[in-house]
Amino acid sequence: MTACRFPLSATIAALAAVALVSLAPLAQADTLQDISKLLKQGQQAQALEKTDKYLAGKPKDAQGRFLRGLILTEMNRTPEAIAVFTKLTEDFPELPEPYNNLAVIYAQQKQYDKAKQALEMAIRTHPSYATAHENLGDIYARMASQAYDKALQIDSSNASAQTKLAMIRDLMTASSRPTPGKPVAATAATTAALAPAPAETKPAEAKAEPKAEVKLTPSAVKPNGPPVAVSAQPVAQTPAPVAESKPAPASASGDIAKTLDAWAAAWSKKNVKVYLSHYAKDFQTPGGESRATWESERAKRLTKPGSIQVSIGSLSVTSEGADRATARFRQNYRSASLKTSSSKVLVLVRQDGKWLIQQERVGK
Amino acid sequence: MKRQYTIMRLRTLAMAALVCGPLVAANFSAAATAAARYSDAGPEPLLARVFEHIEQNHLDVALQEVEALVKAYPNFHLGNLIKGDLLLARSRPIQAFGNIANAPLDKLADLREEAIARLKAYHDKPPANYVPRYLLQMRADQNYAIVVDTQKSRLYLYQNEKGTPRFVADYYISHGKLGTDKVREGDKKTPIGVYHVTGSLSRQKLGDFYGSGAFPISYPNEWDRRNGRNGHGIWLHGTPSNTFSRAPKASDGCVVLANQDLDAISKNLQIGLTPVIISNSIEWLSLDDWQAERGSLKKQIEQWRTDWESLDVERYLNHYSKKFIGDGQDLAQWSARKRQVGSGKTWIKLSADNISMFRNPGKEDMVVVTFDQDYRSNNLSNVMKKRQYWQKEEGHWKIVYEGAG
Repeated sequence: MTACRFPLSATIAALAAVALVSLAPLAQADTLQDISKLLKQGQQAQALEKTDKYLAGKPKDAQGRFLRGLILTEMNRTPEAIAVFTKLTEDFPELPEPYNNLAVIYAQQKQYDKAKQALEMAIRTHPSYATAHENLGDIYARMASQAYDKALQIDSSNASAQTKLAMIRDLMTASSRPTPGKPVAATAATTAALAPAPAETKPAEAKAEPKAEVKLTPSAVKPNGPPVAVSAQPVAQTPAPVAESKPAPASASGDIAKTLDAWAAAWSKKNVKVYLSHYAKDFQTPGGESRATWESERAKRLTKPGSIQVSIGSLSVTSEGADRATARFRQNYRSASLKTSSSKVLVLVRQDGKWLIQQERVGK
Repeated sequence: MKRQYTIMRLRTLAMAALVCGPLVAANFSAAATAAARYSDAGPEPLLARVFEHIEQNHLDVALQEVEALVKAYPNFHLGNLIKGDLLLARSRPIQAFGNIANAPLDKLADLREEAIARLKAYHDKPPANYVPRYLLQMRADQNYAIVVDTQKSRLYLYQNEKGTPRFVADYYISHGKLGTDKVREGDKKTPIGVYHVTGSLSRQKLGDFYGSGAFPISYPNEWDRRNGRNGHGIWLHGTPSNTFSRAPKASDGCVVLANQDLDAISKNLQIGLTPVIISNSIEWLSLDDWQAERGSLKKQIEQWRTDWESLDVERYLNHYSKKFIGDGQDLAQWSARKRQVGSGKTWIKLSADNISMFRNPGKEDMVVVTFDQDYRSNNLSNVMKKRQYWQKEEGHWKIVYEGAG
């Protein structure tokens, strides 16, 4: 169903090419891909012309309009870009990308309150959306910097100006996005509205790399410590995903409890190999980084000198089907430098009879 | 019996430590509960709520509260700093108060001091049924009195309610960069003693630095001069427009209030009349102790008056200390003159009206007494405003200074 992508990096291009061949009406995809290429080459005027032509035939098309917003942003036609993205948020309130890009533009204009609101909307639609989370973190940091300037009567704007928020270049369809527990009906509706696609795309989609947006700049602040310490405070407005779930059958939750104990034990023993073996192949890395980067980062953390103790408390498991479940628990982490207790959510999938972690995040 | 009204216990709070380091815990005494009737001027109630929420790890609510705080007081630097911390806490873990890179440490330290001073004052109010020991007696037309506690960075406004001081409000203040006990010009210290408001300078006559106005006070007083203390230009004044308040220790010796606070007290100030008593640490008395203290001194003053009327010069001179100096004369010269004058008197009628008695802050038992003296005798009459400094020596009140007030 991921009909239209604008692959801007080599890996994604490769993946998307496969997807595009099998999934989308070819002409449409070609046009959008051409526009994307033009934009990448800096030929904004041509890109815009082509987009306008494309949209003349499909005035409601989200992909085309999203691309138009990007082009206008790059052309510094900011008010028009704002108008395009704003209209997209009105017509497709379930899409986080237009909100995110609106926020980036507002942040450039130092309208941090507006940027914050837009990002909160992006996160509300998709609680696990990494780019929006990171951007929101940056917005908070900038607002903090503004407050500090006022408090200390200094000008720190130089320091903060260096962090640039990530504009999302690629409008994903809802089904390819990590959406734990998102009601199927809504997903289907969203996808249908965006790009109707044949039903047999389902298997392909499952294999698609979950991360599709291209980050222009790395996030400014890389937190230290284990994943639990990543955000000092989970964004409060994030609603718990609505899960059509019922309590897991006793056996499944028993298996999951055992899996998590083993996972925590491997972590405590600093057994990197066993620890990482608990993660599914399609694990969605928290920052959207590559699996390799994430693994080496985790390995580095785990093997830091000093003891680590991880234990799990108040576990509650809800299953979504036989092979998918969400585990919520208190993660108690203690190392030489840090002691935390935080709520943790893991989405687990059963593959070959083994429960593996597909998503990991802090929060409720 | 005198009593420090409470001693704050500082407690390090786990969460608050991240933001503010050691923070004042609400350690209410029984008396402080009665103090609930006190009015709250300024940002303290909101500030205290912000810290309570931080303490309980309700950072979202704390951020909402601090946003309300800086909305109400846009130039309140401390509020903005806490807001910055709470915002930053959403994007990464924070370690200390003021998490900005390259923050000027002195400014951060100032804001931290201000936070502690304000929270302490808010949580540790003077008991309702206690009065500052200094306000022994206000004369009937002294409508208000001001008492400053430099250690607490606090100014207390009292109203004269038929002779009894009644608390009206208290305000955050700044004092001298280098502390208190001013001795000489330019030492950047705030004087300690009994003074009064001597004038009023309007905003129009002053630069922005003094904010909404200034009220000079009577430093150096008689006792300062006698002790060789000099300097001048100690004022109560406001705050520049770019900030709501200044650090606890920020001035060149003046007592500095937020503009809204100066405006609030200024309507109560009477030029030449309103006492301003500056102390390092206010001593508080229960009303009973206060009554006893003022009663014993009043009796002494009355004794001095009747002994003067009695024409018994030696009995009259018995009220004067060996350390006495007045009109440039020491006790021997003073005694000689009184004996000489006394020999020509057949009658003396003396009245002392509108007596005010203000205890001088500090270790010495000393009281500044001011009154309207109407002296009549067979060969001379004189009406004057008189000031005496009475000091307790070996359990007896003695006059150490006397002159025109």
